[in-house]
Amino acid sequence: MSEHSGSGTPGDGAAEEQANLPARAGDERLAEPVARRGMFGTSTSGDTSGYGRLQVRVPPELSTPRPYGSYFDELTDELARVLEADGTGFGDAVERVIADRGELTFHVRRERLPEVAAKLRDEPGLAFGLCTGVSGVHYPAETGRELRAIYHLLSITHNRRVRLEVTAPDEDPHIPSLIDVYPALDWHERETWDFFGIIFDGHPSLTRIEMPDDWKGHPQRKDYPLGGIPVEYRGTKVPPPDERRSYA
Amino acid sequence: MTSHSAPPRAGGLDDGTAEGRVYTVSGQDWDQLVAAADQAADTPGTGHMVINMGPQHPSTHGVLRLILTLDGETVTECRVGIGYLHTGIEKNMEYRTWTQGVTFCTRADYLMPIFNETSYCLAVERLLGIEDRIPDRANIIRVLMMELNRIGSHLGGLGPFGLEIGATTIFMQGVRLRENTLDLMELITGLRMNHAYIRPGGVAQDLPPGALEKIREFLRHAPTWTGELHKLMDSNPIFTGRTKGVAYLDLEGCTALGVTGPILRSAGLPWDLRKSQPYCGYETYEFDVPTATSCDTYGRYEIRMAEIDQSLRIMEQCVDRLAGTRPAEDPVMIPDAKIGWPARLSLGPDGLGPSPEHIAHIMGQSMEALIHHFKLVTEGFRVPAGQAYVPIESPKGELGCHVVSDGGTRPYRVHIRDPSFHHMQAMAALCEGALLADVIPAIASIDPVLGGIDR
Amino acid sequence: MGLEELLPSGIMLTSVEKAAGWARRSSLWPATFGLACCAIELMQTGGPRHDLARFGMERASATPRQADLMIVAGRLSQKMAPVMRQIYDQMANPKWVISMGVCASSGGMFNNYAIVQGCDHIVPVDIYLPGCPPRPEMLIDAIVKLHDRILNGKLGKNRERQIEELEHERLARLPLQTSVLPVQPLLGGHPVSSGVQPEAHE
Repeated sequence: MSEHSGSGTPGDGAAEEQANLPARAGDERLAEPVARRGMFGTSTSGDTSGYGRLQVRVPPELSTPRPYGSYFDELTDELARVLEADGTGFGDAVERVIADRGELTFHVRRERLPEVAAKLRDEPGLAFGLCTGVSGVHYPAETGRELRAIYHLLSITHNRRVRLEVTAPDEDPHIPSLIDVYPALDWHERETWDFFGIIFDGHPSLTRIEMPDDWKGHPQRKDYPLGGIPVEYRGTKVPPPDERRSYA
Repeated sequence: MTSHSAPPRAGGLDDGTAEGRVYTVSGQDWDQLVAAADQAADTPGTGHMVINMGPQHPSTHGVLRLILTLDGETVTECRVGIGYLHTGIEKNMEYRTWTQGVTFCTRADYLMPIFNETSYCLAVERLLGIEDRIPDRANIIRVLMMELNRIGSHLGGLGPFGLEIGATTIFMQGVRLRENTLDLMELITGLRMNHAYIRPGGVAQDLPPGALEKIREFLRHAPTWTGELHKLMDSNPIFTGRTKGVAYLDLEGCTALGVTGPILRSAGLPWDLRKSQPYCGYETYEFDVPTATSCDTYGRYEIRMAEIDQSLRIMEQCVDRLAGTRPAEDPVMIPDAKIGWPARLSLGPDGLGPSPEHIAHIMGQSMEALIHHFKLVTEGFRVPAGQAYVPIESPKGELGCHVVSDGGTRPYRVHIRDPSFHHMQAMAALCEGALLADVIPAIASIDPVLGGIDR
Repeated sequence: MGLEELLPSGIMLTSVEKAAGWARRSSLWPATFGLACCAIELMQTGGPRHDLARFGMERASATPRQADLMIVAGRLSQKMAPVMRQIYDQMANPKWVISMGVCASSGGMFNNYAIVQGCDHIVPVDIYLPGCPPRPEMLIDAIVKLHDRILNGKLGKNRERQIEELEHERLARLPLQTSVLPVQPLLGGHPVSSGVQPEAHE
């Protein structure tokens, strides 16, 4: 998910190029799939505001231009140097780099994830010895990149933080496990499998951890309902939160 | 344990008992586990015993399930079963506005609700880009409440610890002293627990009149109270006998398992996010980071008691700052009309509600203010798309909140990185090879709260 | 349950009821079934300020076999529900259940896939105590109300009659009614002119 604020105009800067004329600025955006329809939680009748027809599209995959600021440049350069020296190749492993709101995110290709993580942990200039956890996010609108696993790394030596983001499509929800690099990811990966269905290849015991062992489905995916029941109160019934008409 | 051939089911015994069908929590691979343990022994039948310290247990700090393989009294394997309190807090937050999310995340780790709220609100404020516009008074109150909650959480961990090793007096003392922190909480936020006090943009309401005197009184008496606890536990031969050398985890083990908080500090490393990556103005307060070198349960107990003293020290500094002369404009919620929670609550003749001045303003003076109030309360503010992860130093370790926004009025995804969840993975390292009785102090030294583990 | 259940209605049964009720409520032992935040308030209620020991309840029995009262304190998740039923089954009669907090009474604020919407889906509840979490004083109020109920509880034949009357009154109650209106009197065990036939059950 790129750090694109709202649905403003994408074409800034290079005004001299034909492709970026204001009249053409929206074409690229209009070709993207729709991420969210309407301003309201449900699509029930009674919407008199007109905002129900709004369509928010998937924002483009941007990468933050250099310089990133703070220690991010140094960190990215060090990682690039290490990956190039190793033969892995920085551009091959890291798809995008985003420095936003004081946090650095590397979008790593899932095949290269264990190598990148091992380098981040072992190289003295990087020394990200602690992985605080992995969690998942589900973007059903972004076909081919629906499932994300997000790792937050901490370096006590250098007092730095970095985030790794890995994507996997719904049809092939496999991401290599980092349990050999960071043993403490054991339960976090189990939890991410439990809630999103991301299969971490190489995990010794990828089983349900929070849900009962025989539960079907992965609850925190966007296509899994919240599962509430209508609440009866003083003669009327209030539908559960995911089925209510809302104005938020 | 990975999958097996039998279909998964909740087991039940249909033995015609008086109650009819009795439901047990067997099933899955329980039988295989027992058989494997039995086979591992030299003589069949005298093998290792697999016992279940089930979800309902007085000593497991909540609904925690431990499956222990015992060789006599020695624990050879320790497996942890969690999820008995899974509430779906994170998914629920996706269906509420950003401000309403505070009421959900506060119930994750229910012994330190203020920390859950702060970590979530800091993440939301980072996404909004208003981190440096939070009013000073709000930050000071946040620090005050966090330190008060830290004291309450440590007492709430030490008290039941005493109960679990059989010392009821320690429990009574801990509970009695925790009541005083709850009194202050109730005075300031209105509730004893699960306050929903820290909101994105500031805090819900200012300190009531007389609060500073009450806090000062608390600070005056607190050293006596902690002294009583010290007397009960410091040199208590039974307490020291059960905690010294128990649940040993050195620095290497801590870093391998990614452990933070008092456990890491008991291994000698003074890593505290309030010092290394400060937030809410912590860099302006004077306090120490207690460490120990014994790497055991006793060291962690010492650190927690010392942290209570440091928290009292920080609270005193907060009170001094709050007691100074106030400037004309000293809000506790960001003045931005599009974000800050509009209600200026005050106590009226019919109870707590928006202050009469606020009502007069929105009804009589400013249409814009009325619209802002309406939109903020019904729809909520919009947070620009992006993601943020803000970790804070909670009483148990690094508590972080990873928030993803898609530009709307509701969170797209919230993940609470709870320290107890992470640290429970270290249980095997802490108690394998130890006696069964050491498992209890091992759990207590982690100080887990199942609400945070299971969310 | 015991011999007292088989006594015929009369002065002897009434005396035994009074004695048994008083004895039962004087030292109810709660089973520690603290689940979530309400368990912390339950813990505080056991502390010195709000003292549960004055009711004889400070000896919280970890083993359900010796417990009389199960205070379901906190949100009951789907995974925990069979465990709770097992604990309830292991308790010996007479037993009572207080559902403490809104999560235990009705699912509370967590109207979702993971929480059982009310522990009365799993166990029969005697007192529902709302609150999130209820203050210790509220918990004591619930316990005292339960004590009243136990004190005035009937045995044997009287109990069956009492159940019939209660059921009859409840079936006639309207949704928004707050007080007990006079109901059609029971004549010979059946209501005089009501379309509803209460079933006698345990």
